[in-house]
Amino acid sequence: MDSRLLHDLKRLLGADGVLHEPADLLLYEYDGSVEVARPDCVVFPRNTSDVVEIVRLANRHRVPLVGRGAGTGLSGGALAREGGIITSFARMNRILEVDVENQRARVQPGVVNADLSLAVAHAGLHFAPDPSSQKACTIGGNVSENSGGPHTLAYGVTTNHVLALEAVLPTGELVHLGSSAVDSPGYDLLGVFVGSEGTFGLVTEITVRLTRLPETVETLLAIYDSIDDATETVAEITARGITPAACEMMDGWTIRAVEEYVHAGFPLDAAAILLIEVDGLREVAEAEAEIVADVCQLHHARSVRVARDAAERDLLWKGRKNAFGAVGRISPSYYTQDGVIPRTKLPATLRRVGEIGRKYNLAIGNVFHAGDGNLHPIILFDERNQQQFRDAVRAADEIIEYCVEVGGSITGEHGVGMEKDRLMPLLFSEADLDLMKRVRSVFNPEGLLNPGKIFPTSKGCGEIYVRPQSPVAAPPA
Amino acid sequence: MSSVATGVSSGLSGIVGPGNLEADPVQLSAFRIGTSVPKAIVRPGSNQEIAEILRLAAVEKLALVPVGARTKLGMNIPVHRYDLALDIVRLDRVVAYDPDDLTLSVEPGISLEKLACVLAEHRQFLPLAAPYLKRATLGGTIASGVDSPLRQLYGTARDYLLGLEFVAGEGQIVKSGGRVVKNVSGYDLHKLMIGSLGSLGVITKVNFRTFPVPQSTRAFIAFFDSAEGAVEMRQRVAQSPLRPLTMEILSPHGAELLSGQVAAQIEPGQSPADALANGRWAFTAGYAGTERVVERYERELRQMAGAADSVSFGEKAAIVALGRMREFIPIALESSPATVIMKISVLPARMAELLCEAESIAARSDLRWAAMARGVGVIYVALLPVARNEETRATVVRAIQELFKTCEDRAGNIAVPWCPVEWVRWLPEQKTNGVELELMRKLKRAFDPAGIFAPDPLASGR
Repeated sequence: MDSRLLHDLKRLLGADGVLHEPADLLLYEYDGSVEVARPDCVVFPRNTSDVVEIVRLANRHRVPLVGRGAGTGLSGGALAREGGIITSFARMNRILEVDVENQRARVQPGVVNADLSLAVAHAGLHFAPDPSSQKACTIGGNVSENSGGPHTLAYGVTTNHVLALEAVLPTGELVHLGSSAVDSPGYDLLGVFVGSEGTFGLVTEITVRLTRLPETVETLLAIYDSIDDATETVAEITARGITPAACEMMDGWTIRAVEEYVHAGFPLDAAAILLIEVDGLREVAEAEAEIVADVCQLHHARSVRVARDAAERDLLWKGRKNAFGAVGRISPSYYTQDGVIPRTKLPATLRRVGEIGRKYNLAIGNVFHAGDGNLHPIILFDERNQQQFRDAVRAADEIIEYCVEVGGSITGEHGVGMEKDRLMPLLFSEADLDLMKRVRSVFNPEGLLNPGKIFPTSKGCGEIYVRPQSPVAAPPA
Repeated sequence: MSSVATGVSSGLSGIVGPGNLEADPVQLSAFRIGTSVPKAIVRPGSNQEIAEILRLAAVEKLALVPVGARTKLGMNIPVHRYDLALDIVRLDRVVAYDPDDLTLSVEPGISLEKLACVLAEHRQFLPLAAPYLKRATLGGTIASGVDSPLRQLYGTARDYLLGLEFVAGEGQIVKSGGRVVKNVSGYDLHKLMIGSLGSLGVITKVNFRTFPVPQSTRAFIAFFDSAEGAVEMRQRVAQSPLRPLTMEILSPHGAELLSGQVAAQIEPGQSPADALANGRWAFTAGYAGTERVVERYERELRQMAGAADSVSFGEKAAIVALGRMREFIPIALESSPATVIMKISVLPARMAELLCEAESIAARSDLRWAAMARGVGVIYVALLPVARNEETRATVVRAIQELFKTCEDRAGNIAVPWCPVEWVRWLPEQKTNGVELELMRKLKRAFDPAGIFAPDPLASGR
C-alpha cells in the first residue's frame, strides 16, 4: 500500500485509527462465510467527516474501499476482495437519539443490533429485525445486507424498519435518503439503497422504526418422528390464516448437535422439531397458540410443549440461535447455505437436500426459518481435504439450483456478496444484471466501493473461488 | 395537435394489430393529462409487444405514458411530451396464485376489485385498499404510489411487493426481486418503480405477498373538540398493546364529506352519517379478530377516549366507513370545482401542530377545507374553494405556500399531487437536496436513456 496514503490516513485518524501490519490484518481477512480476502489496511473513523475524508483519500489514490461492521456477514460482503481499505465502524457505535413518542431511534452504524433493543426495552419497544448474530452484528451491517432473522416472518426484514440514512457516496458526497417522517418525495432511493451490500455508499447514520413489544408471547416446541409431518404442520398453520411471529425448524441431526451444547431440552431421538412463536394481544396469542398446538397434534407431533415462562422460552431460543455454534464444535469446517423456496415446496426440498448429501457423502444438517421457506442447510466438511471441500461447494450449488428450480431464490437474508455472485445468472438475465449495474454506477461510478461483489465475475462455473477456513464463532441468522 | 406519422402508425399497428391502435379524438381526450392529449392509444397484449413499442418509440423519438384505468390521470403528473398512451388493460391475467404460499403473480392491468375477488376465494386479500378501488388497476396503483388506510398495520406496497417485471426504456424486459416472501438477491429495483408514475418503465408483472382476511372487522369513532384531542388519542392507542388495522383522524369537514352525498355515490352503503357529521374532530380506528378480541378493542378504546363521545360500528357499517376513508381523495376531488390536495408527512406526534396550522391557514384564507390524517404520520389536506378562477387561485396558492412553510419548519415532507391543471405553475418548489435530486436524475437516465417515458416526477411543484 502506498506509504503516502497510509501517512495521510494516520494523520487523519491517529496512529491507533489505522491497522496495516499483516498480523493485525489477519482478523479482517474473514467474515462469517467461507471466503477469505486480505485488505491492505483497516481504518476506524470516529464520525461522518472522518468517513468523508477517508473516501476522498481512497479516491485520490484509486484504492478500493469496503465498509465493515462486526464481520458476522455470511457472504463475504465485508471482505476486501480486491484489497484496499476496510472502513470499520467499530468506533461509530453510539445511539444518537431515542424518540419514544414517535417510536424512532437514530443510531451510528456500529451500534450492535441487540444493544438497541436493550436500550429501548424500558419503553416497551424493540428493533424488530433479529438476526441470530444480533448480539454481535451491527445495524450498519444489517442495513447493507437487508438482514432478516427468525422474527421477520411477521415483522419484516431490515428494509421494513429503516426510515432514513445518512451515507457517504464513493464520490465523497454526503447524502440523506428517506426521512424520519414516512414517504419522501421522488424516487425511493432509500428502498434501493438498503440491501445494496455496501456497494452504493458507506452508511454513517441510520434512523430506524422501533416496534412495540407484544403484550403476550407464546412459544411452542413440537417434536416429530418424521420430517414430513413437521413440514406439513408449517403448511397447515399458514392455511389456517395464522402468521406466527416465528416458525423455525431443526432436523434430527442438528437437534443432537445443539442439545449436547446448549441443553435446551430437545429430545435426542426426534426427527425434527418446530419452534413456533405467536404473539400480540393476550387474546390473540392464546387463541393462536391453541390452534397451532392442535395443528401440530393433527400432524402427529409426538409432543407439544408450551414454554411456561420467559426463562424457558429463552432456553428454547438459545438452542435455535446457537445451532451453528454447536455445529462448529463437531466439524472442522461447515458451509451454510441460504436458499429460499415457496413454503409448500419444503417437504420435497428437504428430501432433495438429503439426496444431495448422500450423493457427495457429506453430512448436511438443516436448521431454518420454515415459516418463510428460508433454508439454511449446513454442509460439514474438513478443510484439510480439498476434494471434500470441492464437493461441499458443489453440493451447496446443487441445493441452490434446486431452490431456484422450484421458484425460489439463491439468498434469503445472507446476501450475494462474493459467495453467490456466480449464481446470480440462475435468477437474473443479462438485461436484469445490466440495469442493476447501471444503478450501481449511479451511486458508485468508478466501482471503487466494495468491488467484486454481487455481479458474476469472469470466472467460470465450477472453479474454486474460495479457500476453506476454520469454523467461526459468530452464528449466522 | 398532429396525429402520429403514417409510418409510425403502421409500425405500431404491426406490433399490436390494427384493432389495438386508436386515434379517435373522443377516445384520445379520455387520456388527457393536464393539458396534453396523446396522438394515439396503443394497447399491447404482452411484454414482448411492449418491448417492441418502446424500441420503436426510441427510434421515432416518441414520448409515451403507461396508462391503466385512467383514474389518476388527474394527478399533477408533469409530462414533457405525450405522443402515445400505452394502455395496459389487456394485460390483466393472473399468472400464478399459490394460496398456500401466500404469493400471487399477476399482470398490471387487473383491477383491484377483480384481484380482491380472486383472493377472496381463498379468504385472502391484498392490503392495498387504495382509492378508486372499483376501477383502478394494480399497476397504476403501484406506479402512482397512493397509499391506503391499512398501512397502519400492513405497511405500504413497498412492504409486501416481492418483485416486478417491467420493460425499461430501451425495450429490455427486466425483473427484480422474486416470488418468495424473503429474498435479498440483487438490488430492489422494484422499489424504485413504486410511485415513479411510469417514468422508469412499464410494469408487466407484479409479484406480492397475500394475507389472510382478518375475521370480523369493526370500527370505532371518538369525537374531540380539537385536532390535539384526536392526535392525543392516536398517541394513547399507539402506546397500548392494541394493533388496529387502521387509525385515521378526520377534520370536522372531513367527517362531513365522508357522510355526504358525494361519498354515498362513490362508496354506497348504509353510512354512520349521523354519528360522523357533528362538527367535531373524529378519531377512527378499524380492528378485527374474534369476538373476544374485538370486545377488548371496543372496551379499551372507549377507556382511552375518556369523556369524549364515542361510537362503535358492527361489521357492515365498519366496512362502509373504512371504504369511504379509502376513497377520501376522489370524494374530495368531487366536492369542489378546484380541489387541491396536499400530502404531508410528519412525525406522528407533530400531526396536531400541522392540523391546527392548516385549520388556521384555511380560516384566515376563508377556504373550505378537509383533512384526513393517517396514524403513521401522513396527512391529506384538501382545499375546497367554491370557484375555479383567478381570485380563488391567488387565495389557494397563498394557503399552499403557508402550508409548505409550516411543514418545512416541522421537518415534514409536502407535495401537491392533485391541483387544477392551470394552477400547477404557481406551486412552490419542492425542496429536495441537490445531491439526492441529481441521483434521481441519473437513475432516470439509467432506466430510460432516450427519455421516452414522458412523466417527470422530479419536476418542481410535485
